[in-house]
Amino acid sequence: MLHDRDRIFTNLYGLHDWGLEGARKRGAWDGTKALLEKGRDGIINEIKASGLRGRGGAGFPTGLKWSFMPKTSADGRPSYLVVNADESEPGTCKDREILRHDPHLLVEGCLVAGFAMGASAGYIYVRGEFIRERERLQAAIDQAYEARLIGKNNIHGYDFELYVHHGAGAYICGEETALLESLEGKKGMPRLKPPFPANVGLYGCPTTVNNVESIAVGPTILRRGASWFSSIGRPNNTGTKLFCISGHVEKPCNVEEEMGIPLRELIDRHAGGVRGGWDNLLAVIPGGSSVRCLPADLCNDLPMDFDSLMKLKSGLGTAAVIVMDKSTDIVRAIARISYFYRHESCGQCTPCREGTGWMWRVVSRMAEGRAHKREIDMLLEVSKQVEGHTICALGDAAAWPIQGLITHFRHEIEKRIDEYAGRPDDEGVRDPDTVAEAAE
Amino acid sequence: MTKIVVDGIEVDVPPEYTLLQACEAAGAEIPRFCFHERLSIAGNCRMCLVELKGSPKPVASCAWGVRDCRPGPNGEPPQVETRSPMVRKAREGVMEFLLINHPLDCPICDQGGECDLQDQAMAYGVDSSRFQENKRAVEDKYLGALVKTSMNRCIQCTRCVRFVTEVAGVPELGAIGRGEDMEITSYLEQALTSELQGNVVDLCPVGALTSKPYAFTARPWELSKTQSVDVMDAVGSAIRVDSRGREVLRILPRLNEDVNEEWISDKTRHVVDGLRVQRLDRPYVRENGRLRPASWAEAFKAIAARIDTTGPGRIGAIAGDLATVEEMFALKELLSGLGSANIDCRQDGAAFDPALGRGTYLFNPTIAGIEKADALVVVGADPRREAAVLNARIRKRWRMGPFAVGLIGPRVDLTYPVHYLGAGPDTLADLAAGKGDFAPILSAAERPMLLLGAGATARPDGAAVAALAAKAAVAAGAVTDEWNGFGVLHTAASRVGGLDIGFVPGQGGLDAARMAAFGTLDVLVLLGADEIEVAPETFVVYIGTHGDRGAHRADVILPGAAYTEKSGIWVNTEGRPQMGLRAAFPPGDAREDWAILRALSDVLGRKLPYDSLAALRAALFKAHPHLQRIDRITPASADDVHRLASRAGSVDAAPFAPTITDFYLTNPIARASAVMAECSALAQGSAALRAAE
Repeated sequence: MLHDRDRIFTNLYGLHDWGLEGARKRGAWDGTKALLEKGRDGIINEIKASGLRGRGGAGFPTGLKWSFMPKTSADGRPSYLVVNADESEPGTCKDREILRHDPHLLVEGCLVAGFAMGASAGYIYVRGEFIRERERLQAAIDQAYEARLIGKNNIHGYDFELYVHHGAGAYICGEETALLESLEGKKGMPRLKPPFPANVGLYGCPTTVNNVESIAVGPTILRRGASWFSSIGRPNNTGTKLFCISGHVEKPCNVEEEMGIPLRELIDRHAGGVRGGWDNLLAVIPGGSSVRCLPADLCNDLPMDFDSLMKLKSGLGTAAVIVMDKSTDIVRAIARISYFYRHESCGQCTPCREGTGWMWRVVSRMAEGRAHKREIDMLLEVSKQVEGHTICALGDAAAWPIQGLITHFRHEIEKRIDEYAGRPDDEGVRDPDTVAEAAE
Repeated sequence: MTKIVVDGIEVDVPPEYTLLQACEAAGAEIPRFCFHERLSIAGNCRMCLVELKGSPKPVASCAWGVRDCRPGPNGEPPQVETRSPMVRKAREGVMEFLLINHPLDCPICDQGGECDLQDQAMAYGVDSSRFQENKRAVEDKYLGALVKTSMNRCIQCTRCVRFVTEVAGVPELGAIGRGEDMEITSYLEQALTSELQGNVVDLCPVGALTSKPYAFTARPWELSKTQSVDVMDAVGSAIRVDSRGREVLRILPRLNEDVNEEWISDKTRHVVDGLRVQRLDRPYVRENGRLRPASWAEAFKAIAARIDTTGPGRIGAIAGDLATVEEMFALKELLSGLGSANIDCRQDGAAFDPALGRGTYLFNPTIAGIEKADALVVVGADPRREAAVLNARIRKRWRMGPFAVGLIGPRVDLTYPVHYLGAGPDTLADLAAGKGDFAPILSAAERPMLLLGAGATARPDGAAVAALAAKAAVAAGAVTDEWNGFGVLHTAASRVGGLDIGFVPGQGGLDAARMAAFGTLDVLVLLGADEIEVAPETFVVYIGTHGDRGAHRADVILPGAAYTEKSGIWVNTEGRPQMGLRAAFPPGDAREDWAILRALSDVLGRKLPYDSLAALRAALFKAHPHLQRIDRITPASADDVHRLASRAGSVDAAPFAPTITDFYLTNPIARASAVMAECSALAQGSAALRAAE
């Protein structure tokens, strides 16, 4: 359980002033110059020591990522910081709250991170649907310019420009290289890696793309020290984290909590418990729609952190906990998620373009029961053919929910198929093999 | 060099190689759809996945560099597996994904038999489908007269998109929609405006883009394939002529890195139907103002009767744009036998004089050499229409890095940005004098290049303009012992060959324009010369293939063989002699042109001393040994250009005029082609649309 004194996002619920005055009262922009005086290596080492892992889903160590940026520009190319505020993962709504209620944490974080990686400018790519959020963020940036906190000849002594770019609402633009393409004005299609953005990123220049939350927590970590941050949570999974709890809970909410907090405690304490009590829990998707779901029996004593969930072949992802009680039609739920990935696939590479549609169609039939049991294994195999064979991770994201469904709820699909086949007044799905035999 | 182990075989490859190249160097075959050597890497088909030891996922070998591979823990070279179970599984998966929405219409698909998808499905796919859903249906798109679409078959490899954007330079294709709804389209469904669009048909690995004129004509295994050389322009692109029986059915490009890489222009490719219609298949003699079919003997008699009563100074011959070196050589010998010096191969009046040296009329930097140049000025030329493939090479150079291109002449869209310097000789004179903004750019370049087109030389003061251009090239430092950047771009396939054998007026001889003028000649032989208007009264003998302008004017027509129907040598604008082979036979009574001249010489009592093409070639090679070096360039001396530069002459201030008004209708074969006519109409239409905007 996180103490109030350890919270970073103290205006998560928008109860206080979002503006510069309010942010200053809550501690933002306090001694930022002193932070920058730690030097680039100082900041990066501090972030490394804090154990901060990227909050966008993959959990890559943030300090390490920053350290990949070139120390000096050998060929005159500038470096850029790009902040990924294209928060589109179903179930996730944490960055939105930062943009709306605590934008100055992000603005300050951009300056600090930009300084640490030697970036001359930062771009914040805001999701297309976030209209008000973008306005609020822009207002905060304007305030910061006004107060000469950022920009040319600012009081911190490091020239840094910050721009907001508004996306057009494509999920794939949250993939870092697709985001860069979109930012450059091209179609949002992921790039091939290597080269990685730290070498060839925005406009061909070294670029680091970070999640909003990863950037926003930076200044606080530096102010309070790496040891403070790393003392929270569990080894290798340190610090605080914003959790988004949605679905069949009494009180869906966003909350900042300690990494590694047991799932049950998280739900019971902050979300008012599962609808109908803990025993009514069917399954949980612990990290946004793209990770494998976990059935209730695995959730009893489940620490919410990267490594524990990885062990269960699921993932912390964006820490968007989607709770499903026993009233849920889990097959239909996963079919709907599958539809989302089919709709958001960019169409660039074959396995994802063709596979997401195939998987969606099969799993939709399964949701009705209009399928064969042998198709379950086929579906699993198709999902394995999509996973890991694509340019970006959307293929994986489309495959995992289905794999989770088949791993944990195969009986549910089979039951559905039996029910459908058992309806005597219904023709049911015809097996092509038997149809062929009958015709002969 | 970097060591890498592919399937247990260690190879040493340059670090900039991709894994795909490294695997091929080790002898492993990697299937691919989207990857193409001459296009940017897309990495989207995922067919080329290989296993890289240490990487948890298979990697796309087309996009993964050898230098991106990490060595093993003890510094062992990186290991790649192309035949492991993981790779086979991945390929089967990708193949299955490609096929689930691909229609099963191979029996009615024109790509059948030469389809990458078909071949690779055989080699890397599985035998049955597990896909029980409905297949995707995609609406077909209209892309003009040459490219037929069947978009259900598209596998979204984007080769066509990359080709038109990168090589052709007209970004008119793209993909709309996303996910499985992604479609390749030209957005507004207008005809493509590129002169190279036919190449997308070759690039398409499936039957989504096929040749519209060739639709449902033949299967590839029915065709006999003949290697030949294109004559539609002076580039001399390498082509393969596919014929069935007596009929040429299609023309495809052949690989020639020095000339056309693997592209050909649409005129080269789709002129085929012009070879079948409007053909002269028997001799004709004009009687009482009307042409009457005649026998060869009658036709020869009519010519002999006329020539016997004509003095040598009143006989002349003009060689057309498509003539081979052999027939021009035979015609020259025949005329000199008759005592006439009136011969010319420059029917457009281009002012080149072989006496000044080959360097004054060759494309000295060579086509492949364009890639070495670092600045270019185009003088009185429109390479996009005059030599579309060569223009693609200039565009390739421009894409490779900083490359300033200046343009003097008509304002044209060359598909790459140009500094427009001016319209005529005044600007060229300024450039030669080192004046203007572009002169310093050209002088600062290490290997500057000047491209001199027919628009500047095919005019009365052409010789002086050529001298001025040479002066500009020399002033810019483009003509040295190491680098000769003075390049003449011809428009006719026969031109350089004709100049090489001296098919120009001899002592006191008349040039083409004066031969065609009223009252200068009594008998004029046109060897396929259709682009010149002959004045009345002159007795015209036309040797050619099509009922075109020359035949209309002729008094005697002798039917000849088109370029696909004879073996012959053409010398391209670089001075590269290339030999084309016969793919089909001339129609009806038509004969090969050299044989016609040989027979005619006998009737005229001036028998040419060769009875076979081989004997004719022996005589030709004896007189002009450099033509023997087939496919190789005998470089010209830089002194030629210096000498040309030192010549004086007064130039007219009139701006350079465009030489090609209609790319699709530049020669008798193209004018006979319905496909070319349709392309021409479409091009005019889109030009009118642009003008209206």
